[in-house]
Amino acid sequence: MSRHVGVIRFPGTNCEFDTIDAINELGGEAKVLWHGDSDPGDVDAIVIPGGFAHGDYLRCGAIARFSPIMDAVSTFARNGGPVLGICNGFQVLTEAGLLPGALQKNAGLKFLCRMEQIQFASTANVVGLGASVGDLLNIPINHFEGNYVCAKETLKQLEAENRIVFRYTDNPNGSIGDIAGISNKRGNVVGMMPHPERATSMLLGSNDGTSLLQSLLSTGRAPST
Amino acid sequence: MRFEVKIEVLPREGIANPEGSTIERTLPALGFETAGDVRVGKIIRLQVEADSADAARAIVEDMCDRFLSNPVIEDAIVEVLTT
Repeated sequence: MSRHVGVIRFPGTNCEFDTIDAINELGGEAKVLWHGDSDPGDVDAIVIPGGFAHGDYLRCGAIARFSPIMDAVSTFARNGGPVLGICNGFQVLTEAGLLPGALQKNAGLKFLCRMEQIQFASTANVVGLGASVGDLLNIPINHFEGNYVCAKETLKQLEAENRIVFRYTDNPNGSIGDIAGISNKRGNVVGMMPHPERATSMLLGSNDGTSLLQSLLSTGRAPST
Repeated sequence: MRFEVKIEVLPREGIANPEGSTIERTLPALGFETAGDVRVGKIIRLQVEADSADAARAIVEDMCDRFLSNPVIEDAIVEVLTT
């Protein structure tokens, strides 16, 4: 099994190599996709990793959505390709309109970098393969703008359509509904604030992120050769 | 004509504004007991070429809807300053 994963690098991205290492450890073949390219090449899944794309100028993710690669990401997602946005990548996906809502400053106005416990609220998505609703995971967060917010109707819709992927068990940032991650309706696009690539070895304090990345690899599209 | 435009981007009513509430909680320490509804946002100033002040406003409001503000969490108030 060879799963080709494109990991996007914007100016200011800083988690692309952690993500690539984590995916390669699982037998995938990950490579960097430059934000200025409009063709992602032959990939089975795309990850938008964490960092500070375009310096987070204006708003987190607001400039990144204009990068040429994002048109390709939209097309890839529309065709059912698995897309995972982690942290800043989640912010980019909301600004690009691939996921609803927005991420604003943490309620406590503190940058939070620590292990958090999250719980699977839905497994009908590309990171949920092999997991059960209610499963608890320890995965670190590392953000200042992780406070998820959306309109009340959107929240109802997310709940009704089983699109809340993770909830914090002890809400660290004020997110509405304790939301740590959501998906699109089809489940092939997931955005989450915690960093699964940083929870892939007990040396890092947890390997609970491994199963999420493994799921992404396993649900990846077959190579279109 | 060229118009100078000021755009205030503020968190929407009902959206928590932790910066504003922190300032609001701090003001009484200096004796300002009567301040309330403190909201912190940002100001963007730009110049735009347009046929009239109304046209300039329309162009900038379109910029705000599509880019300069995020309607999920922010309101944009557009003010055309000079003609």
